Amino acid sequence: MGQIELQKVTKSFGETQVIPPLDLVIGEGEFVVFVGPSGCGKSTLLRLIAGLEDISSGTIKIDGKDATDLGPAKRGLAMVFQSYALYPHMSVRKNIAFPLKMAGMEKAAIDAKVEGAAKVLNLGDYLERRPGQLSGGQRQRVAIGRAIVREPAAFLFDEPLSNLDAALRVNMRLEITELHQTLKTTMIYVTHDQVEAMTMADKIVVLHAGRIEQVGSPLELYRTPRNTFVAGFIGSPKMNLLTGAVAKARGVETIGIRPEHVAVSKDSGEWQGRVTVAEHLGSDTFLHVNSDHGGMTVRVGGQMNVGHGDTIWMTPDANHLHRFGADGVRIA
Amino acid sequence: MATQASRAAARLMISPAVVLLLLWMIVPLGMTIYFSFLRYNLLMPGTEAFAGFDNYKYFLTDPAFFTSIKNTLVLVLGVLIITVGGGIALALLLDQPLWGQGIVRVLVIAPFFVMPTVSALVWKNMFFNPVNGLFAYAAKAVGLQPFDFLSQAPMFSIIIIVAWQWLPFATLILLTAMQSLDSEQLEAAEMDGASWGNRFIYIMVPHLTRAVTVVILIQTIFLLSTFAEILVTTNGGPGTATTNLTYLVYMQSLLQFDVGGGSAGGIIAVILANIVAIFLMRMIGKNLET
Repeated sequence: MGQIELQKVTKSFGETQVIPPLDLVIGEGEFVVFVGPSGCGKSTLLRLIAGLEDISSGTIKIDGKDATDLGPAKRGLAMVFQSYALYPHMSVRKNIAFPLKMAGMEKAAIDAKVEGAAKVLNLGDYLERRPGQLSGGQRQRVAIGRAIVREPAAFLFDEPLSNLDAALRVNMRLEITELHQTLKTTMIYVTHDQVEAMTMADKIVVLHAGRIEQVGSPLELYRTPRNTFVAGFIGSPKMNLLTGAVAKARGVETIGIRPEHVAVSKDSGEWQGRVTVAEHLGSDTFLHVNSDHGGMTVRVGGQMNVGHGDTIWMTPDANHLHRFGADGVRIA
Repeated sequence: MATQASRAAARLMISPAVVLLLLWMIVPLGMTIYFSFLRYNLLMPGTEAFAGFDNYKYFLTDPAFFTSIKNTLVLVLGVLIITVGGGIALALLLDQPLWGQGIVRVLVIAPFFVMPTVSALVWKNMFFNPVNGLFAYAAKAVGLQPFDFLSQAPMFSIIIIVAWQWLPFATLILLTAMQSLDSEQLEAAEMDGASWGNRFIYIMVPHLTRAVTVVILIQTIFLLSTFAEILVTTNGGPGTATTNLTYLVYMQSLLQFDVGGGSAGGIIAVILANIVAIFLMRMIGKNLET
């Protein structure tokens, strides 16, 4: 259960086409993350899969069956919304029980399922409270609870962590990943945060202006980004993309080197630059450098003593140098 | 408003308004109470004398009194049912994206701008009139006997007129409430397998309860004192079929020139209105908390 296939799916709002023809296969039990900058169509794509928006053309298959014209309830998918979309006038118990009640399930069976979900999500003590009396993380768990009791073919998450503070976000990230390992259900997760994408996904789909730029495992995208967009989007801090003479010297239009693949020395090296800002994280220090070839970011060990105004030398690691042609596509 | 001085200044500044409002309320109330204990008839000037509770006794034992209370309640309840039900239906319709939405909304609000006497006269002469009215015309067009609304079903007719005036108010309040409903909640319910009917019952209606409460409270206050619509259409008749408490007080004091009896009726009306208000707040006021 839980295989989703999109064939030549498009979506237009009036004259503007937000999703050009798009093909994608999401395998059973996979944790797929749609990632991209805001306005890239990732949420629209999720809503198309959910059935909350009608597709303009193409086919959506769920478990091999054509689901293009099925209503959202009939597709057997559950969604967790960005605002959680809990029903404010119902207790937590009633919120979680709502989809089961709508399915016409018996009361005893509903109670058992709600208790089960509450146990998995540590919500046992809060079942009689209203959503308004819960913290952000607890509301998030209620929304997930409402999704899991239905035992859907796949879960859809629409930026579920964006309303949480940083510490809680890391916790919930772990909880969702653990949940996926327990349930082994297909999950589709939309985010604009590439750290969430890298840490959670089995498979990342990078979207840009409605188009799929690259599909692959987190490490594939990190190691062999197919074009400059993916190269710049995946990885933190961003990959340095250098153009001009330094790239021409290597026979390409653009070269890319990640901050962690540059050796830094105070005495000698290939490129010279002056440090503008040094960000000390303790274990690492990120240096923002004004070099001969433009602004760059490099990572050095936390023990290296450099600061604003220092001149440094940088040498790229040739094994980790990425080359891109004039059209931005990777040259192997 | 932090320091002692600024707080004292603030009190001083608002006191004229507060004092004026207080006098505005207290003086008429005080005079009404005073008159209600006098034998005070405009036809016999100079014979005013203290009458004790006689005025109250006469007003309460008037056979029209209980009819008027019943009529008041029927009028208020009838109008409330039509405006809340119709208001929810109209709000649902107007919440849909449709062409010319702005114009339609202005048209819906329009009845609220027509003064009660005018709208009642328009209904009386243009719609309900058994000879020239539109309803009579429609009945004759299909071969039926015209129905004389104001004499055959006087209370129903007045309820229709008043409901027509208050429907826009209910619609406006409920429409804004409907628009404040988070669309993700409806989508979540749709994903959860709720049909339109279930989404209406489980998501929209609970969301609207607070707005409905506001509509009921405000309308009840105004509907208890309906007067103009009755005066220009049925004059409280036939018999006492459309005499409500307000109209009975008017008859007592201005048609029978009995100021004392009218004042006693006014005080009774104030007491009854407060009883209704307490009941309402008990029953539905808790919807307004947080």
